[in-house]
Amino acid sequence: MTDRPVPLDPPVLLGAAVPLDPAVAPPGTRDFRDAGGLPASGWRADQAEQTLVPTHCCFCGVQCGMYLRVNAAGKVFGVEPRNHDINRMRLCPKGINAYQQVNHPDRLTAPLLRRSREEPFREVGWEEALTYTVEEVRRIQREHGVDAFGLLGGASLFSEKTYLVGKFARVALKTRHVDYNGRLCMVSAAGANKLAFGIDRAANPFSDILRTDCLLIAGSNVGECFPVMTQYVWGARDRGAKLIVVDPRETAVARTADVHVALKSGTDSAFFNAVLHVIVQDGLTDEAFLAAHATGWPELKAKVAEYPPERSAAICGVPAEQIVQVARLFGTAGRAMAWHARGIEHHTQGVENCLSVINLCAATGNLGRPGAGYGTITGQGNGQGGREHGQKSDLLPGGRSINDPEHRRQIAGIWGIEETELPQAGTSMMEMVWQMQRREIRGLIGICNNPFVSLPNYAVVKDGYDKLEFHAQFDFFLSETSANAHVVFPVTTWAEDEGVMANAEARVVKHNKAQEPPSGVRTDTWVMCELARRLGVGDKFDFAGSREVFDELRRASAGTVIDYYGITYERLEETGGIAWPCPDTAHPGTPRLFEDGRTYHPDGKVHLQVVEWHPPADPYDDEYPMTLTTGRTVAHFLSGNQTRRLGALVEQTPRPWVEVHPSHGFRNGEAVRVVTRRGASVLPALVTEAIRADHVFVPYHWPHPVAANALTNDALDPRSKIPEYKVCAVRIERAEQLDPVPAPPMPPGREAYPEAQHSRSDPLPPTAPQGRGTAERG
Amino acid sequence: MLGRTIFIDPGRCIGCQACVSACRECDSHRGKSMIHLDYPDEGRSVASLPTVCMHCEDPVAPCAEVCPADAILITADGVVQEADPTRCIGCANCVNACPFGVPKIDLESKLQMKCNLCYDRTSYGLAPMCATVCPTGALFYGSLEELQAERPGVDVSTMFAFGDVTVSTGVAMVVPAEQRAAPLPGGLPAGGLLVADVLAGTVGDGSRSDGRPAGGQADRGRPDGGPADGGPPAGGLLRVIEVNGRPTPGNGAPA
Repeated sequence: MTDRPVPLDPPVLLGAAVPLDPAVAPPGTRDFRDAGGLPASGWRADQAEQTLVPTHCCFCGVQCGMYLRVNAAGKVFGVEPRNHDINRMRLCPKGINAYQQVNHPDRLTAPLLRRSREEPFREVGWEEALTYTVEEVRRIQREHGVDAFGLLGGASLFSEKTYLVGKFARVALKTRHVDYNGRLCMVSAAGANKLAFGIDRAANPFSDILRTDCLLIAGSNVGECFPVMTQYVWGARDRGAKLIVVDPRETAVARTADVHVALKSGTDSAFFNAVLHVIVQDGLTDEAFLAAHATGWPELKAKVAEYPPERSAAICGVPAEQIVQVARLFGTAGRAMAWHARGIEHHTQGVENCLSVINLCAATGNLGRPGAGYGTITGQGNGQGGREHGQKSDLLPGGRSINDPEHRRQIAGIWGIEETELPQAGTSMMEMVWQMQRREIRGLIGICNNPFVSLPNYAVVKDGYDKLEFHAQFDFFLSETSANAHVVFPVTTWAEDEGVMANAEARVVKHNKAQEPPSGVRTDTWVMCELARRLGVGDKFDFAGSREVFDELRRASAGTVIDYYGITYERLEETGGIAWPCPDTAHPGTPRLFEDGRTYHPDGKVHLQVVEWHPPADPYDDEYPMTLTTGRTVAHFLSGNQTRRLGALVEQTPRPWVEVHPSHGFRNGEAVRVVTRRGASVLPALVTEAIRADHVFVPYHWPHPVAANALTNDALDPRSKIPEYKVCAVRIERAEQLDPVPAPPMPPGREAYPEAQHSRSDPLPPTAPQGRGTAERG
Repeated sequence: MLGRTIFIDPGRCIGCQACVSACRECDSHRGKSMIHLDYPDEGRSVASLPTVCMHCEDPVAPCAEVCPADAILITADGVVQEADPTRCIGCANCVNACPFGVPKIDLESKLQMKCNLCYDRTSYGLAPMCATVCPTGALFYGSLEELQAERPGVDVSTMFAFGDVTVSTGVAMVVPAEQRAAPLPGGLPAGGLLVADVLAGTVGDGSRSDGRPAGGQADRGRPDGGPADGGPPAGGLLRVIEVNGRPTPGNGAPA
């Protein structure tokens, strides 16, 4: 659709213009806020003929249970709360509106194909799209070698599909170049977990939060990114726990915390080192635990001695007393817990930041007990499961290493290939884009990702993808990335297939199929298996559906740390979820790790790691003196390809903004140009005291030209290869005109559902970061 | 004595608007939300406040009292129902009368609509949709005993002062213990003025631009000691709404 004009004042109402007689429409009644499109307000549910299908939300790593309401015609038409013990009937606005994607008019229902980017897409049959794709794979691999073709997966896929992505890359494409968008999300936490504990998952379940005496939340806007998890945070507080939030912004959970540490972005490890310094100084360490269960304590102790509170206070821009206060609260608590998310992970020292939090928990003996431990909050629905079974460039199913000869032999055996046929480790997602720029990778299939919005430094990403000779994407809505591809395969939503996901607690939950896919749409599993068959390895991909893939996944994970062998669909349906490791079908799962004091390293100890703080990669200077940090808002999810099409969510938060402190002299709603060394965007100012004066914030769910990721830095953590989204140098300046918010892409001849896009041209920032208040605007 | 009702705790609210989205899912007004969600501390913090119908008990439902068509009925359980569509004449008297700014007129159908405590759900023993999904329990449905069992020591109030009129409600607000004895300040402080009133020169005529009724008797009596000449109170509402010296959009202030 074309951009709508700026709404008139008073706002033009949807539908017929109704003359506003003040007697009929007193102030306050003009803008009765409707859903902005789907579902049509005329819909009426026939309660007598509905079926409730139990499943989970498709969005974040909390994985709330929900029922999808299915009508007599077999179509999903609504949602009903479900009393699953993860969420206890609660849902966030994304979850409530998730069902609207299923029968959304923007769905892709036929493959799209074009032989060059100069042509428009045309709808083709599956045969033509598959044949062309296989021809291009063969041509590129024949001319430039097998590794010239890459595959990028996603962590919103069911675990079965993530397993298939890894297998498809190694067995069908025979390429080393496979990675996934969890590289932008979870890898720093994963790297730290593996180094410290030898196992990559949160150590405690959500329910342990209720039993803690002190809860530390580092770099996580829980209220907006994991809203339903907030009930555990408040529940802990109801029971007397102290709450510490470390975040440059005063978020909804920070607002009422006992201590809000508003440190400078990119200084987390200096802060946590200093906290540990005070804990050591005050004698609050658990020496007995350290002696029995940890290695590396003397070295770590010596290192944190170099971080007195005064030094770190200067680095972090917080009072030294606050560091002491946090140390004493955390160190003296009987049971303390730390949870962290992207705020400390999206850094060039993301792994080290996570390690500095783990160090804190281990040094105080807060591990493996109810209410004492630590957790990483996964961003994507399957952020945990998506990294476990082999779509990561260096991992094989069961978290096996692709560099370990024994692991390679095991997987080659399961897959029925020679160990020598199994490719070596590949590169990370951002590095693959750089390789596309250098034409080392010339062909690519993307499944369930949208790097044009989600990867940093958009100019580089666009250039890399533009250089591809062949690019195919799997999507159910045409994403910004798909719109730049040669072939787009229309695939199912989560409600049209079954499969499992692992939530932030490493609890595996079962999603159930609620309706048949629309005609013309196939499952990702079918498309991968069909491509594999045409590439000559159909015997290795003889899967009727998710159930058969899951059985192979179970066998492939048996005996590893990430052991799924004891988890079956039937058990998941009976129990509502099982946390791995679960080695046999009588095993109850492992909700809490380290209860016996042993980690998953061969010596059973926590391997404490020395962390040295270093400044962020993007240097500050007179031209770029401030810090840009990016993140999410509650109404939208990741690259927004789903949520930017759902009327109620667009209505809540129609556009991105730049959050600036009042001290810069901008007025609310004024156009502000946000400039970094990589790009510029003009956004309306949301002037608020709830952010550090030396920081600005931009949410990242929107595409170029209002993309936060046109501004962010593609510098990577050397270990996890996560990009440094959370900090880069920036300046802000007055601007004349806002950059327009583009409509979600659609195939030629179709327009994004107009009613859902009604408020997108709103020039104003939302009332608060969480969205626009429901009061009418004057 | 409170039965099963909604308890509002703004201290827990994260402003996510799950309640707004959930309200739209109701089969009787699908696509339209009856919930008001405000960010009252705009420009200062992310604080947020959900408003549902408070189901006034004493005086009994001002909206119903002023309805010329007797369209707003109160059921025996104390629930103030939305206007009966076969009676409602869309006059908006109820909109003006409600001290909490709850009812709205749907312009397309020219009918009043408001929260009815999800009567279709509560009459079958289910919780209202908003309180069912609320991720934080800022909207809680149940009895006071159930609330206090989950949140030890929590205090609630059902008394709201609008100038010298006190309204007691069926829906309760969680309050700090020291607030328990006195009625809560209802809505905007009596004597407080909206920027719009000042700009439009309508100070003192009782009209307001935010859909909330004028302060009723508060405008006559100014019992709170606000300036009797109608000038803006020092450090009053102007301070709340302005950011950088300019009224910010939203919450009824002019853009």
